[in-house]
Amino acid sequence: MFRFLERAENTARLLEAGFRIALTRSTDAESEWRSVIITLAAQQGFEAKYDTYDSTHVINYLLRDADNPSSILSVVNAARDNARLVRTALTSEVWMSVNETWMQLTQILKHQVREVDLPDVLATIRQQAALVRGALNGTMLRTDVYRFCQVGIHIERIDNTARIIDVKYYSLLPATSIVGGRLDNVQWETLLRSVSAHRSFRWAVEDGYTGPAIANFLILDSRLPRSLIFCSKEIVSNLAFIEQAYGERATCHDMADKLLQRFSNREISTIFEEGLHEFISSVLGDTANLGYQIEKDYRFNI
Amino acid sequence: MMSDDGIRSTYRSYHEWFSEQDNRRLAKKSAQAEALFKRTGITFNVYGQADAEERLIPFDLVPRIVSNSEWTKLAKGIDQRVRAINAFLHDIYNRQEILRAGVLPKKLIAENDAFLPQMIDFSPPGDVYTHIVGTDIVRTGEDDFYVLEDNARTPSGVSYMLENRETMLQMFPELFSKIRVQNVSNYPKNLRRSLEACAPASCDGRPTVAILTPGIYNSAYYEHSFLADQMGVELVEGHDLRIVDGHVAMRTTQGYRTIDVLYRRVDDAYLDPLTFNPNSALGVPGIMDVYRAGNITIANAPGTGVADDKAVYSYIPDIIEFYTGEKAILKNVETYRCSEPDALKYTLSNLSELVVKEVHGSGGYGMLVGPAASKRELSEFAEKLKAHPDNYIAQPTLSLSTVPIFTKKGLAPRHVDLRPFALVSPDGVDITPGGLTRVALKAGSLVVNSSQGGGTKDTWVLED
Repeated sequence: MFRFLERAENTARLLEAGFRIALTRSTDAESEWRSVIITLAAQQGFEAKYDTYDSTHVINYLLRDADNPSSILSVVNAARDNARLVRTALTSEVWMSVNETWMQLTQILKHQVREVDLPDVLATIRQQAALVRGALNGTMLRTDVYRFCQVGIHIERIDNTARIIDVKYYSLLPATSIVGGRLDNVQWETLLRSVSAHRSFRWAVEDGYTGPAIANFLILDSRLPRSLIFCSKEIVSNLAFIEQAYGERATCHDMADKLLQRFSNREISTIFEEGLHEFISSVLGDTANLGYQIEKDYRFNI
Repeated sequence: MMSDDGIRSTYRSYHEWFSEQDNRRLAKKSAQAEALFKRTGITFNVYGQADAEERLIPFDLVPRIVSNSEWTKLAKGIDQRVRAINAFLHDIYNRQEILRAGVLPKKLIAENDAFLPQMIDFSPPGDVYTHIVGTDIVRTGEDDFYVLEDNARTPSGVSYMLENRETMLQMFPELFSKIRVQNVSNYPKNLRRSLEACAPASCDGRPTVAILTPGIYNSAYYEHSFLADQMGVELVEGHDLRIVDGHVAMRTTQGYRTIDVLYRRVDDAYLDPLTFNPNSALGVPGIMDVYRAGNITIANAPGTGVADDKAVYSYIPDIIEFYTGEKAILKNVETYRCSEPDALKYTLSNLSELVVKEVHGSGGYGMLVGPAASKRELSEFAEKLKAHPDNYIAQPTLSLSTVPIFTKKGLAPRHVDLRPFALVSPDGVDITPGGLTRVALKAGSLVVNSSQGGGTKDTWVLED
């Protein structure tokens, strides 16, 4: 359920970044929308319906298309169904915040969203997501249930951040900084905006906008709550809590440790040597497998 | 008691407050209440209506107020009835003294679908059959309470008793400092304690309780999840359960864990595909064997339906006398059993004045309200009656008392019923002071069922 809500929020962020590009640099709009769709692994479904990556289509497809299982509307419906199903695992505040999110979003996404209204709609989505997160942090007992929620959230985040990097990995390669050399590289800005880190980057990183610095920030900087290393650490520590509570170690614990090792004490240059695209692809694979293994180890599916 | 200005003394303080209110403010509050219910997700599903997947039950913001002395009498009457029904169930599944004594015709039990042969010669833990009872009561006059139905299977609606109160507390906090109303919020705690007290003798340590729900598409799913949450027990579905080492166990993230008391909200027929309906996917294969081996408590016990069948209902005063030696405190509505030729004749010739119900029906489905029916409906129903007289009972329409509801034009009288909830355990019978008041929102209507467009109210039992 929290994975669903996390996904809704991520989609909203990508939409926001894409929309900004479409507004400010209309020539790049189409390719930008295309990469948003690819990042969300929605290319096949989208191209089955539309021939061009036109703003109106993309926005509608990502926000409210029932044919798109990852559209915000579909995901919020799924999250609410899920919350109803596990109602007893949630505090009433968490449940009510999820229910209210569902009520609000089904309402504002009932009709096609006009471009002028998009910023408001996206703001509402983020606000609702924050509300649910606040209720979760503020009211849930710190038992295994809470820990599993955290694991789910961070698996979704790794997946999201990794996909964003993967779609634009070419812009991060050291070569681009020499060839392009523009400080206001659009690709970089969207990249950072999609993980809500464009402001943080300026505060946290001193050596300025270069591909490797941004890659380093998104992958290896444990101060950034959406970086791959931060999320892996969260997964490992939450799983460790469960291990201790149950007095039993399962396969998924080793897998999570291995995932974290990929980022610990690493230099970004060695990742480039390995090949950024290859590295990210295998991180995506490992994360998906970790998700399956947790479901298996803790009997989430029968 | 009415005074000269036509206001019942129980409503006096409320009326004082109400007359100071502005109608527009109250209308706003009414909308606010609806928003609250939506947010909490108190919805129910109507079977067979695809477009309305989840609906709200309309809530009326005027409480139904019961005085302390009225309540004391009601509670005593319910207590007596519930004890008698438990004794009856134990008897009917064991020695059948009441049949031998000729108080009840043997046919009534022998031909009753709700009578389960699997329960014969078996005593559930603590000899408790009806762990939870919701008695439907109506009022016709100052001191005249009638029981309409005993609901000894799995009565629903208790979540409305609790949430209606929560809503009132949020909307009109000032009222509760002005008027002293007895608390209902202990119900979930008491329910858990009562269920735990009924755990099998073999259980040591604190019993594990769980609620079995048919799932999120069930009309009462909200209530199932609400009660589990409030009690602090797990909510499970049939596929979460299996038999492990002779016990019923639920799937958890740490493997299977034994359940001692299962509060099931699944009908008898679906409880165990090995014993009852083989196509049921809602139940637990083999649970009846565990039950008969004394390793789990099922609440309510299977087979309790035989006591709240509408034909057996007509014998309840006799049943009470047989087991308690006392006269029934609460009255029964006069009931014509259409299986008896004289009663059938009477029913057919007075159809337009009677309410006719199916013996096994519930939820207001399949019934005829004579005074409200058209000529054609009456003649169609008469045919059904003649074809299967055993299937029906008839009752006179009572001149039910009314209580005020809030409408756009101010207060207006409507018919209501009341369903208090009784918990039964070896420690005794516990009745929460309050209950579910259902109200027929259409002027003059007698049908209060939520599936037929009825609403609910908060029910206040006053302190002394």
